[in-house]
Amino acid sequence: MSKAPAPSRNAALDFLAEAEEVVEDLGTRLGELSEMAEKDNWDPDLLNAIFRDAHSLKGLAGMFGFAMVSEVAHHTETLLDWLRMGKVSLTSQVMEILFASVELLTALLRATLDDTLEQHRSEAENHAKRINACLNPPAAKENSSPLQQLGLPANMTSSLTDYEEHRLQENIDKARFIHVVHASFELASFDEGLGELTATIKEHGEVISTLPSMGENMETHIDFDLLVGSKCTKEQLDAIIAGSAASITFSGKATTAGETARETLPADKPSLPDAPAAPATLEQQPLQTDTILNDKTPKAAPDELISAKSISSTVRVDIGKLDELMNIVGELVLAHSTIASITGKMRAEGFSRTAIDLGKAAKDLERRLGDLQKGVMDIRMIPVGQLYDKMTRIVRKISREQGKKIDLKLFGAETELDKLIVEDIADPLMHIIRNAVDHGIETPEKRLAAGKSERGTVRLASYQKGNHVVIEVEDDGGGIDTEKIRCKALQKGLIQENSQLSEREILELIFHPGFSTAETVTAVSGRGVGMDVVRNNIAAVSGMVDLETRLGYGSRFTIVLPITLAIIKALIVFCAGRIYAIPITSVIESIILSADQIRTVEGKEVISLREQTLPLVRLENFFRIERIGKPADEQYVVVVGVAEKRLGLVVDDLIGQQDIVIKTLGEAFKTLKGISGAADLGDQRTILVLDSGSIISELMRSNQGG
Amino acid sequence: MKPLTVLVVDDSAAMRTLLVSTLETLGSLEILQAANGFEALRILPRQEINLLLTDINMPDINGLELLSFVRSNPVYKEMPVVIISTEGSSKDIEKGMSLGASEYLVKPFMPEQLLEIVRKYI
Repeated sequence: MSKAPAPSRNAALDFLAEAEEVVEDLGTRLGELSEMAEKDNWDPDLLNAIFRDAHSLKGLAGMFGFAMVSEVAHHTETLLDWLRMGKVSLTSQVMEILFASVELLTALLRATLDDTLEQHRSEAENHAKRINACLNPPAAKENSSPLQQLGLPANMTSSLTDYEEHRLQENIDKARFIHVVHASFELASFDEGLGELTATIKEHGEVISTLPSMGENMETHIDFDLLVGSKCTKEQLDAIIAGSAASITFSGKATTAGETARETLPADKPSLPDAPAAPATLEQQPLQTDTILNDKTPKAAPDELISAKSISSTVRVDIGKLDELMNIVGELVLAHSTIASITGKMRAEGFSRTAIDLGKAAKDLERRLGDLQKGVMDIRMIPVGQLYDKMTRIVRKISREQGKKIDLKLFGAETELDKLIVEDIADPLMHIIRNAVDHGIETPEKRLAAGKSERGTVRLASYQKGNHVVIEVEDDGGGIDTEKIRCKALQKGLIQENSQLSEREILELIFHPGFSTAETVTAVSGRGVGMDVVRNNIAAVSGMVDLETRLGYGSRFTIVLPITLAIIKALIVFCAGRIYAIPITSVIESIILSADQIRTVEGKEVISLREQTLPLVRLENFFRIERIGKPADEQYVVVVGVAEKRLGLVVDDLIGQQDIVIKTLGEAFKTLKGISGAADLGDQRTILVLDSGSIISELMRSNQGG
Repeated sequence: MKPLTVLVVDDSAAMRTLLVSTLETLGSLEILQAANGFEALRILPRQEINLLLTDINMPDINGLELLSFVRSNPVYKEMPVVIISTEGSSKDIEKGMSLGASEYLVKPFMPEQLLEIVRKYI
């Protein structure tokens, strides 16, 4: 084998993006296969698709110079090839190895990014050994080659790949009829027609090969010969495909003894087995169907010539480029705000024709900007379903490892979220699901003993709720024993013996740093990542996670996320001499506060709002800053809330609503609680953006601690 | 002078990109891409193709079926077809050549190997 070329960095990134997709596909399909295999009824097409995934990956990795990835893909491909060729049977052990291949390949692809491939060498070598151990040379097949006696037209058989030959042989071995179905389609829409025909035939058999051939009029039509294996006789299949543009041009059946029972064939079909490739003989038949089609359908439009080039309608874009674009849009929005405020000033300074015209132009600009913003935003949106595949694999893997029986029910896969949020939410979500499977769902024995069905259910649902996307992970497992949590928290000194905590507050302890509830740390959940990290990761994308549980009946995690982070509407407030922005998504209402409403409970300020007690926070106290200027006589309370929790932020003034672009503060300020970033107000002023979620959790934490 | 047209058929986008960028070093070529056999079948009757590069292992219609179609059609009979495949056994190569492939290039290959072959036909 020759040395692979050194690809450019860009090309390598292309490779990675595609390779990741292929491996993900591979995993998803393996999951399907494993389910089918459990019922001992698997689809050869599916297995072949899996083989093709491994095969593509091998070729890709080889071309781009990632030898180790290519090696592992190669071994996996070999195992899959043996499987599809019937040389190895699909045991649970083989399934296990295939899943391990996916894991390994995923790890290797990651490693190519940070150049740590070498660290995986021994793992890759061991994996290859494991695969090789499965490959025992098969018993030589006594093959009297009934294939030859079948007398298939030579042009059909000569282009068969080894695999297709194997499928043909399988069909013959199962004493099925072998048919050749000929069909003619209009060039403009042949894939639809062919797809329908193939689907129809697949209901009654297998399409072994699809061979395109020259149509009567190659400018407008294209013909296909489908090699079909089916239990149906020629007459039965004829009836099935009746009404379509297809006809049967060959039918035969080879008996296992090697005798050929040929069905009657049209006299004009010389199908000598040893005839040289002469496809023209077949092409004479479908003249009739051709003319029928021509009558029914208008001639191909002349402008179709132009369409030849633009076939693929999707573009793969680096998310960084979209970020840049989003930034520009953000700056534009700010520039617009500046114009609008100048217009306002002009108008205030005197009734001026120019100010009105400028105002109109600014309005127009605002509308267009809105469209642009929405357009760019739409590009960033991807369905949450992309995460579902990963989660499905994880659930299958863990349930296999732990001998649990679990149905994963997925809802709302089409719910859309910002690509970056989807990326950032993947790990926390995975952790929650791992927890649900690992700690939530009980073993089948325990479930039966508790009078539940043997199979546990994990429900993963996403839906949009206003400006938020809600993701729920619910299990019907054992639920969380709050008494255990209390004990553990006591042990760890997180709470005191006499602390009076509600059930809710006890549950909150799970999110306390370093808190791990598992009695035994297993390989699955016990990876040193606590729920506090999960909460922080979710908070990092301005999201919130909440937990409900019922002992004996299961738990539900609710993650609430903003749809996008790029541009948000914010309430601009003035407090203690400074200006802050509060994302409007977390603002519930604003009320005027008069001093006599404030009561003090355990040294903390609260007000009563519609019969509920609302704790108040003064920002200057929270951030421990010096107040600039005296507090106004009349202050405001901005009620913020995330999930079920409410808090009142006391501010001096409400300035207004504005679109802001949040910029992160960088590593240096990462530990700063309560601030999610900074934003430019458009008038050269930079302000801090408050993170209500983290202010709330910070306060809850200090309450519990004290 | 009208530039010569090359059609690259491969179901891997990264692979196509690599092939195209290699071919582009040759200068004035029009390079068309197809992600599978179906797309190739659409392009063939509409564009004059001077050289066809195809992968074998693709869904629905594989490279061998595509090649067989091309060779059975008098219009395309003379079109050079280069198979670029990971399948490198002598049996595979024999099959490709017997169906009328002009060349058979096994992946992975050096860009120079591809260019050498392509130069022969254009």
